[in-house]
This record gives sequence, structure tokens and C-alpha cells, in this order.
Amino acid sequence: MLEYRIEIALWALSGVLPFIMFSLWSQNDVGNSFGLNDIGLARYFLSAFLVRQFSVVWVVFSFEEDSLSGRLSPYLLQPLHPLFRYIASHLAEQATRLPFAIAIAISFFILNPSSFWLPSLPQLFFAYLSTHFAFTIAFLLQSLVAALCFWTEKSSALERLIFVPYLFLSGLLVPLSAFPSNVLKVAMLTPFPYLINFPAKILSGMPVHIFNGFLAQILWISILVPSVNILWKLGVKRYTAMGA
Amino acid sequence: MQRYFKTIRLFWSTAFASQLEYQLNFLIELLAMLGTLLGSVFILSLFFTGGRQLGDWTWESALVIQGVYTFLDGLTNALLRPNLTEIVNYVREGTLDYVLLKPIDSQFWLSVKKFSFAGLPEIILGLSIVFWATIQSVSTFSIYSLFVFIISLLIGFIILYSVWFLIAASSIWFVKTWNATEVLRALLAAGRYPISAYPVVLRFIFTLVLPVAFLTTFPAEAILGELKFNILFFGLILSTLFFIFSRLFWKFALKHYTSASS
Repeated sequence: MLEYRIEIALWALSGVLPFIMFSLWSQNDVGNSFGLNDIGLARYFLSAFLVRQFSVVWVVFSFEEDSLSGRLSPYLLQPLHPLFRYIASHLAEQATRLPFAIAIAISFFILNPSSFWLPSLPQLFFAYLSTHFAFTIAFLLQSLVAALCFWTEKSSALERLIFVPYLFLSGLLVPLSAFPSNVLKVAMLTPFPYLINFPAKILSGMPVHIFNGFLAQILWISILVPSVNILWKLGVKRYTAMGA
Repeated sequence: MQRYFKTIRLFWSTAFASQLEYQLNFLIELLAMLGTLLGSVFILSLFFTGGRQLGDWTWESALVIQGVYTFLDGLTNALLRPNLTEIVNYVREGTLDYVLLKPIDSQFWLSVKKFSFAGLPEIILGLSIVFWATIQSVSTFSIYSLFVFIISLLIGFIILYSVWFLIAASSIWFVKTWNATEVLRALLAAGRYPISAYPVVLRFIFTLVLPVAFLTTFPAEAILGELKFNILFFGLILSTLFFIFSRLFWKFALKHYTSASS
């Protein structure tokens, strides 16, 4: 991972979307209408950026490449479930991304000194925990799509069908409290708000139902784990070892 | 020149034939496109709650910008992404050698080889939104503003193409540029909103450094009949410079190409 430092720096930079959105919301004074002042907005979007850095998942793309090029066959023979290989590479990259994320956070505070805050230890702990859960949910969701690789060659196209609702419902572009209540109700029935909005709220110190949030995260994980397992088992039976 | 048109025709008819095999992909793209549009119009509407305006743009005129963005996004999906993201693979696998040996301009070959027809509905939908929202906003537009609109769209597309190509060409050194295109995509997303809605520093960056303003805001102003002539003139110069630079950069990059595995 350390060999591709520029890559990882660029990765970190590609998460600038929350900052672009922050500049828009604060410039146009919209924050007040959903109960956040400029400082609150700044903290929320910095937190959203950080949560995304440590919960972003690309397993479907690696998996599709491995599956199409036949590299998957030896992995399947190994006694360890191939998904663990991808989990390990994700975690390794998260670790290398930490210094870049810190650098970006520091430059954000230099540009917006008034927004500086240090989360309390429990806040930090719960945010850390919920980000890991968010990563787990995102990883399982993508694995579900990746398992479809066994049926169709181009499952990365299917990934867009997850990415689009993720983009708009996760809270990456706007805190979910800005949503009209009927849209919010529908959004909360999906796993997406628990991927960014929930951990970011904890980290930025916004009022949040910690217990309910964790309950929902755990619920989603316990639904997704068996689903991935079943789909994976069905898929492996169909696997024809392309390119090998 | 004729040879180039003929080549494009051959490229795109084979692309069409091969894509007919993946009809499901087409459906997925369509769904993703509709979802994206729905989502971004929804986010845009949040700016207008309580009778607010977005950087002096009304709701209808801001929708024109969404339309232009959708149109350019469609073009990106149809032409830029399928072609320019391949350059990395040619470099990594050493197959760029074959492209360079062909008796046709290599930048041309790399830029038009593929065409993804799944981008077409987005292009059409984008233009429809532009015209619909323009009529909602200013009730009518003249032939003159339509003409200026087409010119400014062309300017926007040339800038967009040149920036994409520059990043793709840098793969000669970096071998992996996937993340660089991700950065570009994230920054281009800024074009969904009028440039005047941004803080001054970003307005400056998005006009001169990474000219997002020329991609969406200025074409939208053109069709609404508000584009100042000197901006159009500046855009013509800027897009020419970007294009020339992309060509020079490609020539320069090729000098550093060492080939792989051969």
C-alpha cells in the first residue's frame, strides 16, 4: 500500500464533495432552516468526510477484475473465504489513509478556525465504533452485488444502483435533518443513513439517538451477513472459472 | 479528414453491435441516470426552501444548469469515460505500442475508439430539461441565444475533454490514474450548481483553475440570454488553449513512454 502514496493521497482528495457542499450550504445561509449554524455545518461536513474516508468500499471492482481474469480460482481453493482477502486490503488502505485524512482535517481547521473542536473520548469511541459498523454494512452491500458477478460479467454496473441512493440518502451531501419529514421517514428505512449521517452526527457532537442508531446498524448487519452467505454459496456453484 | 470520419463510423458501429449483447447494462444505466437526476433535483430543491434563491438564480433557471450538467454527464458516460479510462490499461499492459503503430493520430484513436450508447438517453434528457426549464424561466429564447448556447456547450465540452485527457495521459508516468479521475469527477460535481452560489475563492478557482463555470453555468446563461459577450470570447480562447495544451502534453508524454513487457 505504501508504494502507491500518490494514489492514496488522490483517494483522500476525491472525497472533497462534502467540502464543496459545505461551501454551498454555508454561503447560501441554508443551514438555519435545518437547525444548524455555520459552525455546526462545518463540523458535520468535516465529520462526514472523515467517516467516508474510513468506510469507503470498492470490493465489487476488485472482485470483478479477479473474477474476469481467472485469479479468483486459486482464491476459492484456499481454506479461507475469499472475502477476507478483500477485507484485509480495505483495512490496510484505511490505515495508510489516516495521515492524509488528518492533514486534510488540519487544513480545514486552518481555513475555518472557528469550527475547531475536539470530540470527547466517548464521542470519539462511539464514532469510531459506528464508522466500523458503517464500513461493515457498506462492505456487505457491495459483496452482495459482487456475488452477482457469478451470474453476470458486469456487476460493477449494478454497483451504480447502490451508489446512487447512497449518494443522496447517506448524508454525504446534506445532513439528513434537512429532509422533509416524509422523505426522511423513507430514507431511514434504508441502510444508507447509517453509513455517513449517523457516525458523522456522533463525531460532530450533534444530538443523536445513539442507542437506536447502533441497533439499526446491528440489525442491518445481521440481515446482510446471511444474505451474502447464501448468495455466495449459490454463486460459487455456478462459477465457471473464466479466463483460467 | 474523410478518413477520420470513416474511422469514427466504423468504430461506433462495432461499438453498437457489441453493446447489443449487454442490454441489461443499458437498463441499469437508465435506472441509475433517473435516480441521479431525481436525487440532484431533490437536493437542489432544499436550497430553495422558504422562498430562497441560490446565488441570484431562480428555481427554473437553476434547473437549466441541472440540464446542462446532465447533458455533459451523458457525453462523459458515452464518450470520455469509456475511451479515456482505457488509456491506463494500454499503458500498463503495453498494448499502447499497437495504437502508436497505427497510421492514424494516436490521440484521435484513443479518444473516439469506443462509444457507449447507454449515455444517449442522458444526453437527450439533459437537452430536454434545458429547453423545458428555459421556457419555464424566460418563456422564450431567440435563435441568437440558441446559437450562443451551442457555442458555449462546445467550449465546455472541449475544456472537459482536455482536462480528462490530460489526466489520462499522465498515466504514462503514474500507470494508475483511476483515483485522479475520481478527484476530477468529485470536482466536476460542483458544476451542478451556479457558480455565483459559491464563496469568492471557489468562484475564482472554478472559473480560472478548473473551469467548471464554463461547463455548466455559462451555457445555461447563454440559453437564458444572459451571457456576456466577453465571457464567450474568453471561453473560446481558454478552450483553444486547453485543447492545444492537451495535444502538446500528449506529444511530450509519448517521449517518455517506455513501453511494457516488450
